[in-house]
Amino acid sequence: MAGTVALSFILFIAVTPMLALVAIAPAMPELGSDYLSFVWAITRFTLLQAGLSTLLSLALAIPLARALARQAMFPGRAIILRLLALPLALPALVVVLGIVEVWGRQGWVSTLLQTTGMSEPLNIYGLPGILIAHVFFNMALAARLLVASLEQIPPENWRLAAQLSFTSGHVFRHIEWPVIRSVLPGIASLVFMLCIASFAVVLVLGGGPRATTLEVAIYQSLRFDFDPPRAVLLALLQLSLCAGLFVLGGRMAADIAVMAGVGKPARRPDQHPSRFKDITVIAAGLSFIATPMLAIALSGIAAPFAAIVSQSVFWRALGTSLLLAFTAASLSLVMAWCLLAAQRTIMRRRQPSRAAAYLVSGMQASGSLILVVPPIVIGAGWFVVLHRTGMAAALAPVIVAVVNALMSLPFVLRILSPAVVGQAQVHDRLCASLGLSGLHRWRLIDLPVLARSFALAFALAAALSIGDLGAAALFGSTDFVTLPLLLLQKMGSYRSLEAAGIAIILAGFCLALIWSAEQLKPGARMS
Amino acid sequence: MTGSAIKLADLDFCYPGGEPMHFSTTFEAGSFTGLIGPSGSGKTTLINLIAGFEEPSSGSVLFDGIDATATQPADRPVTMVFQDNNLFAHLDVFTNVALGISPALDLSDDDKTSIAGALEETGLSGLEKRLPRELSGGQRQRVAIARALVRNRPVLLLDEPFAALGPALRRDMLRLVSTIHKQRGMTVILVSHDPADVKFAAGHAAFLDAGQVVANRPVDALFSASDIPGLQGYLGT
Amino acid sequence: MLRLFTLCLAVVLTLAVPASARDKLTVYTYDSFTSDWGPGPKIKTAFEAECGCELEWVAVADAVATLNRIKLEGANSKADVLLGIDTSLTAEAAATGLFEQHNIDTVNISLPVTWADRIFVPYDFGHFAVIYDSEKIKTPPASLDALVNGDPEQKIVIQDPRTSSPGLGLLLWIKAVYGDKAPDTWSKLSKRVLTVTPGWSEAYGMFTKGEAPMVLSYTTSPAYHMVAEKTDRYRAAAFSEGHYMQIEVAGILKSSPNKPLARKFLAFMTGPGFQNHIPTNNWMWPAGKTTGTLPDAFGKLVKPEKSLLLASDEVNANRKAWIDEWLKATTR
Repeated sequence: MAGTVALSFILFIAVTPMLALVAIAPAMPELGSDYLSFVWAITRFTLLQAGLSTLLSLALAIPLARALARQAMFPGRAIILRLLALPLALPALVVVLGIVEVWGRQGWVSTLLQTTGMSEPLNIYGLPGILIAHVFFNMALAARLLVASLEQIPPENWRLAAQLSFTSGHVFRHIEWPVIRSVLPGIASLVFMLCIASFAVVLVLGGGPRATTLEVAIYQSLRFDFDPPRAVLLALLQLSLCAGLFVLGGRMAADIAVMAGVGKPARRPDQHPSRFKDITVIAAGLSFIATPMLAIALSGIAAPFAAIVSQSVFWRALGTSLLLAFTAASLSLVMAWCLLAAQRTIMRRRQPSRAAAYLVSGMQASGSLILVVPPIVIGAGWFVVLHRTGMAAALAPVIVAVVNALMSLPFVLRILSPAVVGQAQVHDRLCASLGLSGLHRWRLIDLPVLARSFALAFALAAALSIGDLGAAALFGSTDFVTLPLLLLQKMGSYRSLEAAGIAIILAGFCLALIWSAEQLKPGARMS
Repeated sequence: MTGSAIKLADLDFCYPGGEPMHFSTTFEAGSFTGLIGPSGSGKTTLINLIAGFEEPSSGSVLFDGIDATATQPADRPVTMVFQDNNLFAHLDVFTNVALGISPALDLSDDDKTSIAGALEETGLSGLEKRLPRELSGGQRQRVAIARALVRNRPVLLLDEPFAALGPALRRDMLRLVSTIHKQRGMTVILVSHDPADVKFAAGHAAFLDAGQVVANRPVDALFSASDIPGLQGYLGT
Repeated sequence: MLRLFTLCLAVVLTLAVPASARDKLTVYTYDSFTSDWGPGPKIKTAFEAECGCELEWVAVADAVATLNRIKLEGANSKADVLLGIDTSLTAEAAATGLFEQHNIDTVNISLPVTWADRIFVPYDFGHFAVIYDSEKIKTPPASLDALVNGDPEQKIVIQDPRTSSPGLGLLLWIKAVYGDKAPDTWSKLSKRVLTVTPGWSEAYGMFTKGEAPMVLSYTTSPAYHMVAEKTDRYRAAAFSEGHYMQIEVAGILKSSPNKPLARKFLAFMTGPGFQNHIPTNNWMWPAGKTTGTLPDAFGKLVKPEKSLLLASDEVNANRKAWIDEWLKATTR
């Protein structure tokens, strides 16, 4: 059965390097107390930054989501909601560039503050920079998820609230907060897990060892020190940390629909009284999210595109990135479909056997596996395995594509799963009575009905893969360059104009992918 | 085409956490039976068991004496019209009907003629290219019936297909089903929450209560009977 | 959409296939060496004119990173020559067994110290120094001690000793001056550090862009601003404890299929065709034979009263422990 094959493949890719890491672990030389206290310090910092990022993201997302849900009718609202979905698809490295432009020592905010008399420019390196970047990504994500939940509130509740003359405070207490509270733990653990595994942000904005996370330290132990035993130690630490957190609370994150469609905006009794306050909140949130994007666009305009496209390395990087994205996204979709189709088949039986029930929960969990086993850990494991066999250079692109595919899998599953389940509920009996099954069903029913979801999932997976730095950074070499790696090189050698140009191209690809997927009409045929 | 006789032989069935159901009855070949009974009495479960969407824990379903308990829904001599979601929203009327003949849409000229005939019979000629969302509720159910016609199976199961339609439209649809039944002679079972529908269209009526077929008689006999426990209470007479 | 995508892919792949050419020598080095304003492009032209071959520079962030890359790639490395590590890494590099004796005539080499290494050939040298922006800092630190204990609001950008040779240079500098007290020194200094970059270019770029008023670089760096930008705004701070010295070298990989060509390159490296480009492009003191005279700017540079240099063996034996010490001290 395809689902079992997909599940085994995922486990093989994720578990083999783990076993290899554990097998190598006993051979570890003594690590030294200095190093261990460094490891302890970065473990604390990893948790600290993730905790603060989560708190800040949610604390800012709640008022923003309330304001957006309450002001359901103003022009441009749909655009703002779509803008909130963008950070997820934007490459972290590109965002980091934009954030430095806005919040850096020479950035917009510093300049503004200095002209208004504040003497000291902002220092973005270290914890503040990491927090700004994480809040940028996760406040947007959390706000969008919260708006989607708030819009599920039945319109009768608002009519009732109007009849009972609720104030905004009553509305919050009796209507909004119960909804927010029910989804908050899931969103919080999702954000926390994403922040723990954050790589590019910490690599560039961390500013050295004092603000390093385990994820970055794993990369450094392999690429800076070429010290596999240390990488093994760090990877195992990161793994147990993530697994522990997943057991504690990450499971809740599995139910969150990441690209949740936004429900019907409701006309609400508290819309008018809060209008001014809400507009202020929305404007503040919007400027926080839009300014880095604008900064990238502005510095991109001045970029020397002629010089960029005249470099053969650019075309190689572009080709590699596109090929990787295409492969990773296809693989991710195939895996997701196999898992979902298998679940559908098993669940259709009235009384699935105990073994089948375990298989289904295994398949559901495997989608979130990547949250427990971060890409860098899988990559590091394979890096160590392959270097021992001397196949690293040859297999690097394959591993990076597979790791990228796994990385996108939770998001792909969250987009496809509701569509596939809904489609199954509507069509299963009819298809069974008509004898539509297998390829015929796939061609006539599943593909056309799910085309938009597939396209969206494909686009998101491809965008995530194009923008990924983590796995590619481990395996990068002169023969294997991706666009984000090239961007990192340009940033490193301080060719900031060229970097801006590559950033624009990178962001352009990601946005174009999502945009063209969204153009597909629901139920339209994919041609 | 003549209808099949359907025999439910000591069918036991139970939803997880639900009350056990036990069905034992016969539907004569070519009969038109209306199933009535309170909500949760097992009407839909019964026809789902006949269609093969549910598996009984024991007992068997026989069509003309042949045991079909283990047969897949598509391979039973049955076609079913549901209350809703009878059509694929992205496919046009013609294709929705054609799927009743061939899941691969391999259509011979004869097939096309029979599709045209079924559309004619259900009053849908000229609407072949329409998508379901461009049809009225009644027209959509007509498409489902047209597909049942081209499938040409000996048993037609109707699971409250007209519940969402207004009274006049519902009569029209029942009249259509009646006509088809008279012309083709298949066995028809109609689930309905309105006894008047059953009186209007069916020749037989079966009363279900608490997961059992309490009585299955000719319509007049059933509605005038006084020996059926629970029936008076249900009808309010 | 799919078709368009496939088409784009095909075009990109066609463009991406490199054209094969003449004999090719691949040299790994740090990225500032190969930048447009660095010596790389001019040396490439000069050497290619002489050898009738192709010289390919492969830039890897910074010097220590180039050695890491070689270790990582092992015998499969594409590199024929590694250029840019310094004496703090030569013992470690030699110990990998990946390098071959150079066997070239070193008659052109002239250094402040005697050179006896049989694997690596030096091409330039200099002293590490803190460069400051005189418009922002009126009284620069006059000693390492003053730098360590100075105003934490006056920031410096330094490099990571795990990837960058100036970063490693500062680590050794502090070790040479403070010995066992190095960890405390680092804890104090880290309050003044704006950020730790992986490479020299990134740090120096941040400094010239104004992100920080100080940067770790070389005594020779101000010469660049005097010659190329006609400004003495950026100056080196002379430290009373002395300055740590760096000698940059190149070596041939054992795995190289082009050893005769690699030897030819190393010999060329000690002569004017290479050395003439060092002072005003790499902004270091030449270690070989040059023709012509140095620009006046070199006469105005800080001359360290004392050169500090730890033995390569000692560095090799302790580098890891010292880096761990640094990691611990700077995360405390």
